[in-house]
Amino acid sequence: MRLDKYNTEGFYDELCLPDGASRPAAKTLFARINELPEGELLRRQKAAEAAFLADGITFAVYGSEQGKDKIIPFDVIPRIVSAADWAHLEAGLRQRTAALNCFLNDIYNDRRILRDKVIPESLILSCPAYRPQCERFTPPRGIWAHITGTDLVRDSDGTFYVLEDNMRCPSGVSYVLQNRQILKRTFPQVFSHCAIRPVDEYCTRLRAALEYLAEGVDNPRVAVLTPGVFNSAYYEHSYLSQQMGVELVSGTDLVVRDRKVYARTTRGLTQIHVIYRRIDDDFLDPQVFRPDSTLGVPGLMDAYKAGNVVLANAPGCGVADDKAVYAYVPQIIRYYLGEEAIIPNVPTFVCEDPRQMKHVLARLDRMVVKATSESGGYGMLVGPHASEAERTAFKEKILANPRNYIAQPMIALSRVPCIVDGGFEGRHVDLRPYIVQGESIFVLPGGLTRVALRKGSVVVNSSQGGGCKDTWVLAANEHAPEHGQARQWIEQQQQQQQQQQ
Amino acid sequence: MLSRVADSIYWLSRYIERAENVARSIDVNLQLQLDLPGEERPWEPVVQAAGNAEEFFRAYSRISLENVLTFLTLDRSNPSSILSCIAAARENARCIREIISSELWMHINRFHLELSNPDIPARMLDNPHEFYTEVKEFSQLAVGIMQGTMSHDIGWNFARLGRLTERADQTSRILDVKYFILLPDPAMVGMVLDIVQWTALLKSVSAFEMFRKRYSGATPRNVSEFLLLDRDFPRSLRYCVSEMEAGLKEIAGADSPCVTSLRKVGRLKAELEFTTIEEIIAAGLHESIESFQSRLADLTAAVRKDFLA
Repeated sequence: MRLDKYNTEGFYDELCLPDGASRPAAKTLFARINELPEGELLRRQKAAEAAFLADGITFAVYGSEQGKDKIIPFDVIPRIVSAADWAHLEAGLRQRTAALNCFLNDIYNDRRILRDKVIPESLILSCPAYRPQCERFTPPRGIWAHITGTDLVRDSDGTFYVLEDNMRCPSGVSYVLQNRQILKRTFPQVFSHCAIRPVDEYCTRLRAALEYLAEGVDNPRVAVLTPGVFNSAYYEHSYLSQQMGVELVSGTDLVVRDRKVYARTTRGLTQIHVIYRRIDDDFLDPQVFRPDSTLGVPGLMDAYKAGNVVLANAPGCGVADDKAVYAYVPQIIRYYLGEEAIIPNVPTFVCEDPRQMKHVLARLDRMVVKATSESGGYGMLVGPHASEAERTAFKEKILANPRNYIAQPMIALSRVPCIVDGGFEGRHVDLRPYIVQGESIFVLPGGLTRVALRKGSVVVNSSQGGGCKDTWVLAANEHAPEHGQARQWIEQQQQQQQQQQ
Repeated sequence: MLSRVADSIYWLSRYIERAENVARSIDVNLQLQLDLPGEERPWEPVVQAAGNAEEFFRAYSRISLENVLTFLTLDRSNPSSILSCIAAARENARCIREIISSELWMHINRFHLELSNPDIPARMLDNPHEFYTEVKEFSQLAVGIMQGTMSHDIGWNFARLGRLTERADQTSRILDVKYFILLPDPAMVGMVLDIVQWTALLKSVSAFEMFRKRYSGATPRNVSEFLLLDRDFPRSLRYCVSEMEAGLKEIAGADSPCVTSLRKVGRLKAELEFTTIEEIIAAGLHESIESFQSRLADLTAAVRKDFLA
């Protein structure tokens, strides 16, 4: 299998130039792949899949038979981000995170941005994720969005856009860390000859950020709160707590006494100071949110508001990733930071505005329409791929509840070569980097590259048949592909091969 | 340590031990059958010792090699089948994989994957000895991995407690069933068949070689004494209970008040230390074992109340 027969079919390809030659950042990788003996790459792809299964890096498929965990489809060809691209993205993600944090604190307290009419008040207050219970409250250290994952896409001209913000316990970072472990085993030589930035520090950073939140507590106890072993992301919850070295708890392990949170242990109750919760707001505390929740802890919000426990991310955060609020993020950045957005938004039409809705309905065949209240690739219409009947049905839905819909022009998502039927074919990808906000803002150099595995598809969510790839961010000072050392290495390899022949 | 987590480690360890015991018991009886041409009787006690003869007869019409092996090994409707045990161990491990070492998790997960292989029933029937040896080795390796890769803290002690509780239960159960089946016919005592069967009993708990070092004849008295009261043999009741006490002391902590479970285990240990086999036989072996088992259950309930509630 050789990558030089690969056809980009006119899309922006992350590894290849339009003529099929490798981009500078991917040179070493191409050289390595092209020199592998026939069948070797497929063998390594199989070995990688077997490793995922043996490690139990799986996600549960709701409704399927117990014990039938699935591995997320994984493709061994990595996606590579050049140092210059990454510097741009990192600056943009920091900016966005800082601005959205200011925004959250503002709308739950002074509401300056609403009084100044930068965003319509009705849009915020009608947001399903808005929590009146969090009004007039500033979380410890003023941080709302501790862990975020921002979905980025790249258009046909190579421009990165933010497609979506995820402020509610975004998942997937464990795959970033595991994908890397597996690729190191798959292409060890490439790693030693490219300056690929490591991702291992994530869990250390995360724990430090969480401990930082427990102001004035010596040796604070941190726990990860999971909905339980049947949750589809349970593997990630357990992996993160193991790697951080903190307790993994479910709601029934915790109890609130005197407005403090305790864990039931073999030696009695132990106080917990910081909770990285992987449970939605709705289920956190049956006394405050959904009364039928059995996943949460009665009294948790009371302890939180009394300042005796920190919840990450802060309840109420979800309002900042509402898909209709998303359309206003450039204004939000300008308002709080006085800066222009470094990474632009995808142009977005908010259907709540009658003028914009009219525009959308007239162009449904060219638009991607999304329900603001849904995620995971559910409730969306990909106009150009839909039938006339589907579009008509969706039109009715939009008219019935305009607040619930936004529309964006169809983006020709960039592609990366994938192994398909023993050859290489381009598949569309997005990129989800992870940002941790503690004492400072940390952007993990890497991220989850999600792949739409079905030919031509642009829906990358794992619940919709998406897969993933490792993401290599190259270091700035030695971009290895054209670096002397790498060339030397390639020549060495070629010489050796010739000698063998 | 979270109580829920401790509970999972305890059961994880118990299920692994149980899988091993089932494998041992099957393996030895397979050997035994070779010595008893034309007889299929040795399977009855095996099914009985597994504690679910009734269930067997509900699902299978007759005792045959294939039926028994399938029931005891791969039948998911039998909660004590090897496959059920491994699946339960894996499920517990999955709930606490952040607590146990990755090596242990992968070891269990891999074996579980292997048992789900479609060629397993054929492999089990073609070469049962090899297959059950694999199960035993899986369990022994799991214990070794725990020993070598996990801190010997509360969690590890719960694993030890679970393993020894299961082992004590199993040893006593096997002895009880064999005693009941082997002894009633006084004419058989000392006959070749009798010796073969008592030897098989010892082998099913891996006790034969160690027994030989202490005793010359495999009489019911000697075998019972060895399996109940030996101080050093790692599958004897006395050894198991003494180890359980050590584990419980670690779990409770040095400065903790004397909780119910500690008192119960201490008393049981003292009794096994200071009772003779003659006293036990006089009181009735079956009755003594029954009383032991009920006190073991009692102790388990106390542990639950003291540490896991």
